[in-house]
Amino acid sequence: MADKKDMRNERRDIDISDSGHAYENRQEIYYNDNVGGRAVFVDSKEQYAPDEPYNDQVFIPEKDRGKAPILEVKNLGIDFGGLTAVDNFNLTLGRTEIGGLIGPNGAGKTTIFNMLTKVYEPTRGEIFFDGKSTKGMDTVDINKAGMARTFQNIRLFDKLTVEENIKVALHHTTNYGLIDGMLHTPKYRHEEFRIRKEAMKYLKIFGMTKTADYRAGSLPYGAQRRLEIMRALATKPKLLLLDEPAAGMNPSETTELMDTIREIRDRFQIAVFLIEHDMSLVMGICEGIVVLNYGRVIAKGWPEEIQSNPKVIEAYLGKSRGKMEEEEEKEKNDIEAALRKGRLESAASGKPDAAGKVGE
Amino acid sequence: MAERILKNISSRGLKNALKGNDYRKEATISYAILIVGFILLQAGAATGLIGHNLQGQFVPICVYCSLAVSLNLVVGISGELSLGHAGFMAVGAFSGILVSRIIGPSLAFEPAVVLISMLFGALMAAAAGFVIGIPILGLRGDYLAIVTLAFGEIIRNLMNVLYFGLDNGRLRFAFNHSIEGIENADRIITGAIGATGTKTMATFTWGLLLCLFTVFVVLNIKNSKQGRAIMSIRDNRIAGESIGLDVRKYKLMAFVVSAALAGMAGCLFGLNYSTLVPVKFNFNTSVLILVFVVLGGVGNIWGGIIAAALLTVLPEAFRQFADYRMLTYAVVLILVMICTYNPTLKARITGIWSKIKPFKKQSESKGKGKNKKGRKGAA
Repeated sequence: MADKKDMRNERRDIDISDSGHAYENRQEIYYNDNVGGRAVFVDSKEQYAPDEPYNDQVFIPEKDRGKAPILEVKNLGIDFGGLTAVDNFNLTLGRTEIGGLIGPNGAGKTTIFNMLTKVYEPTRGEIFFDGKSTKGMDTVDINKAGMARTFQNIRLFDKLTVEENIKVALHHTTNYGLIDGMLHTPKYRHEEFRIRKEAMKYLKIFGMTKTADYRAGSLPYGAQRRLEIMRALATKPKLLLLDEPAAGMNPSETTELMDTIREIRDRFQIAVFLIEHDMSLVMGICEGIVVLNYGRVIAKGWPEEIQSNPKVIEAYLGKSRGKMEEEEEKEKNDIEAALRKGRLESAASGKPDAAGKVGE
Repeated sequence: MAERILKNISSRGLKNALKGNDYRKEATISYAILIVGFILLQAGAATGLIGHNLQGQFVPICVYCSLAVSLNLVVGISGELSLGHAGFMAVGAFSGILVSRIIGPSLAFEPAVVLISMLFGALMAAAAGFVIGIPILGLRGDYLAIVTLAFGEIIRNLMNVLYFGLDNGRLRFAFNHSIEGIENADRIITGAIGATGTKTMATFTWGLLLCLFTVFVVLNIKNSKQGRAIMSIRDNRIAGESIGLDVRKYKLMAFVVSAALAGMAGCLFGLNYSTLVPVKFNFNTSVLILVFVVLGGVGNIWGGIIAAALLTVLPEAFRQFADYRMLTYAVVLILVMICTYNPTLKARITGIWSKIKPFKKQSESKGKGKNKKGRKGAA
């Protein structure tokens, strides 16, 4: 007669049914409440002009209009030495919006995430998170304030188990001190039991409860990405930043991920801001999209708008042939004109050396 | 602690105790090794199988086991290389001796004296660890190792010029030879000569208790909120920061707890000898402890215990070959390094191991089957 249950047995006893919709039934949920962003963008502008003064309210989905935005970024910029990586970046993100940040490789998308989470200190501009300026905060403060992120190159705690990875993220809600931890007091036992239950709840969202005892480093790539999202979510954020969440996933996994991101948004009522190259995901779930190229915003708007925006197409696919020829022609003419002008100038002034030689 | 193990064993059987998660398995193995080792050595000493020389090594063996475990907290769990562990040991040893000399005469009950001395030693070593840790824990990797080495040496050199004495019940201390104030005093610590006239109160039982306590604390931390934070910072610092973990705080925590445990072990070490010189706590000792940790497997608690015990006993047992000691050491270390980082060799060894123990597998699968049945029954 064991008075104390085995840890594994305890886990089986945990009732996870109260955690809302089961992962498997999520299809129905989504067809029932159609919050997909398309229709809510009523009066966004035809095209975004980067030089216009700060006025981003129009880009918030209708359902979030009444509330204060979760994130406001004004004229954000950063220089690395002489290089301007990001300049004049403005953004307003609604309370429960799913926003997308796209752009070609090297456009500065991850740099913006790094500035938002204060991995880099921005050179210019201001970030208001939940109404408060994040000036002087570091990465840890940012997370405590309610912003959590995932990384482009997965950063898990490889040697810890899947469950422990989530438990670490629950660190600040785990309520016991070093002495309790050292001596495993009843308070420790109580809290550990509670957070194990909670960790299981989070794992349930992605249907990963079976892998709870595996080392995080041993998981397949897609599962590692999902675990990273769970870990970020477990810090109870108000804004979730996802850096290429679908990278390395196959199409069916990507579709599942889309559903899960929506489910996360709905269940936790948080905002999601994501970087992604997979256009099916971005166009499928994002309510507002920002397009970045060479560190500058080239377009903003709702998905259909972005898809047909000539500037975006140009940034991704290059210029059309006719336009390219036209520009080449123009460039050629410019150079010729410059040369002609130079020749004329040198002839007019008469270089002294040449003149001397001629004289001899 | 012993009760817990017995409970584990009696309630679910040893096999089940070993089969739980990594933490429970590690704890059970570590406690079992300590207790079995203690019983074997005691029996050996009682029957006269173990000579006087080796019996004198019982307390140092325990101390080194404890040190290997506490250094594992920094090297294995926190993932930082520390080369100043002997420094904290010295702080604990001398402050502990000081306390034992001050309270010893007035307190007749010896175990209480030992306990108080050890606690004070731990406290002082923790304070030293805290003071040193604050400036240096911003450093990483090799730089941290070098600075800890330097601090270890600084502590030892401070001990070299420190004089403590009792003058009519009043504690006096001085640096270097300006000892006018304590000329007539009853000297406790005399610079480079060290602590003399210590009443040797350390026993093998105290050694066992020290080891058990160290293992208990380190394993508990490893399996707590704090330990998880420390390990996750080791695995990925940036990700740790991104989920709101204060990197410096948890690095410092590992460092200070490790220092405190080292101080405790150092105190017992000091109470084992009537004369203790500060040179004992030089760089070589720090490296020796690190060797225990590496040899036992970084992060492996019971591996460190075995390595520490063996490497303390063997030189004593082969005293006649003392000249070749450092040579053998080097060769053994190189071999261990080659073996542990050689997957082919590892696979071969595990292959041989499984051939030697075919019955082990059978019994395990039997156990699993039973367990499943049990679960079904419960459901």
